[in-house]
Amino acid sequence: MPVDILMPALSPTMEEGTLSKWLKKEGDSVAPGDVIAEIETDKATMEVEAVDEGTLGKILVAEGTENVKVNTPIAVLVAEGESADDSPKPAASATPQASSKPDADTPKAAADDAGGKARPAAEETSGKQAQTVPAEPKATVAADPDIPAGTEMVPTTVREALRDAMAEEMRRDADVFIMGEEVAEYQGAYKITQGLLQEFGPKRVVDTPITEHGFAGVGVGAAMSGLKPIVEFMTFNFAMQAIDQIVNSAAKTLYMSGGQMGAPIVFRGPNGAAARVGAQHSQDYAAWYGHIPGLKVVQPYTAADAKGLLKAAIRDPNPVIFLENEILYGQTFDVPKLDDFVLPIGKARIHRTGKDATIVSFGIGMTYAVKAADKLAEEGIDVEIVDLRTIRPMDLDTVIESVRKTNRLVTVEEGFPQSSVGDHIASQVMQRAFDHLDAPVITICGKDVPMPYAANLEKLALPNVGEVVEAVKAVCYRR
Amino acid sequence: MKAVAKKTSPRTKADADGTAAVKTPKPVEFDKEQELSAYRSMLLIRRFEEKAGQLYGMGFIGGFCHLYIGQEAVVTGLRMSMKDGDQMITAYRDHGHMLAMEMTPRGVMAELTGRRGGYSRGKGGSMHMFSKEKNFYGGHGIVGAQVSLGTGLAFANRYRENDFVSLTFFGDGAANQGQVYESFNMASLWKLPVIYVIENNRYAMGTSVTRSSAETDFSHRGISFKIPGIQVDGMDVRAVKAAGDLALDWCRSGKGPIILEMQTYRYRGHSMSDPAKYRSKDEVQKMRSEHDPIEQVKARLVEKGWASEEELKAIDKEVRDIVADSADFAQTDPEPDVSELYTDILR
Repeated sequence: MPVDILMPALSPTMEEGTLSKWLKKEGDSVAPGDVIAEIETDKATMEVEAVDEGTLGKILVAEGTENVKVNTPIAVLVAEGESADDSPKPAASATPQASSKPDADTPKAAADDAGGKARPAAEETSGKQAQTVPAEPKATVAADPDIPAGTEMVPTTVREALRDAMAEEMRRDADVFIMGEEVAEYQGAYKITQGLLQEFGPKRVVDTPITEHGFAGVGVGAAMSGLKPIVEFMTFNFAMQAIDQIVNSAAKTLYMSGGQMGAPIVFRGPNGAAARVGAQHSQDYAAWYGHIPGLKVVQPYTAADAKGLLKAAIRDPNPVIFLENEILYGQTFDVPKLDDFVLPIGKARIHRTGKDATIVSFGIGMTYAVKAADKLAEEGIDVEIVDLRTIRPMDLDTVIESVRKTNRLVTVEEGFPQSSVGDHIASQVMQRAFDHLDAPVITICGKDVPMPYAANLEKLALPNVGEVVEAVKAVCYRR
Repeated sequence: MKAVAKKTSPRTKADADGTAAVKTPKPVEFDKEQELSAYRSMLLIRRFEEKAGQLYGMGFIGGFCHLYIGQEAVVTGLRMSMKDGDQMITAYRDHGHMLAMEMTPRGVMAELTGRRGGYSRGKGGSMHMFSKEKNFYGGHGIVGAQVSLGTGLAFANRYRENDFVSLTFFGDGAANQGQVYESFNMASLWKLPVIYVIENNRYAMGTSVTRSSAETDFSHRGISFKIPGIQVDGMDVRAVKAAGDLALDWCRSGKGPIILEMQTYRYRGHSMSDPAKYRSKDEVQKMRSEHDPIEQVKARLVEKGWASEEELKAIDKEVRDIVADSADFAQTDPEPDVSELYTDILR
């Protein structure tokens, strides 16, 4: 059957073009790949190649014709013994199905094209079955496991808790390994991996060269094939070199592969400011990674949470960003002595109950929140503290439940103020619990400056307890 | 293709490791079955890509679409050397690789049109397709990212102590990315079983290798990492197969990574919307008429009397029918259900 040769689109946005030249004439034989014509748009000149074999039966659009709409038949290709007049009516066989292409660029093209025969149009698609955005499914997250009465609580540093979590998971699953700079022979730049090389050997505790971009990619590749890497960044500041692999390769592959292939990987290391290390070593990435669908983002405060959540992160089939803090490494908290203490990712923890105002924080931000709550208690203000623990998926239900009780909210974090985690919480609380707020939400963040080196300026750049106290008083109208 | 003169290069350090002893092997002699198999495989890629170009022109395929036409011998020859279990990973000019890995034309074409029967259920597109079952690890849109990922696949092979090899493809453009060298370093340091296949089609989008690369002999790009490399006529499927056999033996015997610079050529523009003004029509025509990978095999088949014109036509028709079927499927298969918007974000 004769085949219509259609005016091609050179790009998704092209609607029409000029048929500048025919390189074949009627009666010429045509083989696949032969250049048969040239077309022009305002951007480019392109060659039209034949796809099928045959004879150019009839030229329908003369050369030099301008404003030829995409998908208009421009010629008819016939096989031996056929005539161009046997041609199907325009766009019978070649026309895309009406429901085929919801394309934001097409409505105009289709409107111009009176017959609507050439390009499928969005309105045709939506004519009968309007495509509304489906509701985002809500995941249910289990509560923290009960700690049996009489369980021994062991004072443990965050550093030890992280090490124990990795060691326990490596004992449990041979596919788990750790790689990063100085994790093996040196025993960890911050001694988080102390003893792991001795127990698990160099195959599973892998020192890498100083090549964050490369080894993050190697880790993701290993994870795609089913291993469960823990990639340690000496600090998350250096992970900016690797952020393409974290976001584009680790976070998006499950979606881009239609669920076939994901990356069960943990990226962990100290995040945020330490002390006096300057602008390039002091950034908090909670909001950055919290922005990305396909990632889970955890930022624990206590040693128990660090242990239980890191174990959960290693077992999680998704890529998990695990944000630690150098200053917290040496702090001691009680950790329950249990064989397998795993906490749920995505569940906030009420760190302190109260009735007058809610402070939401996470990670090292909690140190300001806790001290501020103590001071405020002395002044008769009873603060509830919600430790988010997980930035993504965020447990906003727990936050909102607390706000419904206290009607006042302050968030605390060390990160920069614009588009901060607190901003997101404030907007969500406004949308979901506006009537329960008795005062505007105040977000306490680091200052909107690169971290200065000078001791006095650094202190000013970070949040402080006084600011949190003042913010809580302000939302309580107690100033 | 004109043989590229081997430059004398400072190989002295590498020589000490014996890596300089790796020389481009002579093309293997194919038997009748191999010639026919190569012919059919390359023709399938060629016809598939032509059809994809057509569907793009009709508006069925959106966004970016990078065709493999001209480069068919590279992936076909290497696939003939591979064994099941070896992995393949590449960038965005990936349709040919998927077909070579026996992914179905229907599944690939339906992904190009964004339909539910596509390999990623319509959520990936031309540049993002995967098949764990067929050991094809994508399909990556960020130039060079697949090189670290492919090195990670090799890391996993070594970790699991199997003898599979990761074939990691990238272009002459990606060969200038930093993470490629970070990966080379780790692969050599840890003796990972990875073949770095540099598909040198002479143009990084619109910039010729001489304008983008200080060292245009890509087989030398591993010297600082003690990775041997050879240049291969990537338009001759037998030369590719010979190089693939050598490289796979090298990796399987525990010697670490190796580089194969495949000298090839793409007939089409970088993507569908590239008018390719940076090269002459004569250059393209010369490659097509004198070095076409498919015509080379066809000529040998006819010359040796291994296939008559009729038999070749029958293969051609069979391939066309497969491609036409994939195109019909890709045009009629429904788009993904709207509920797919929120699936596969997390497991």
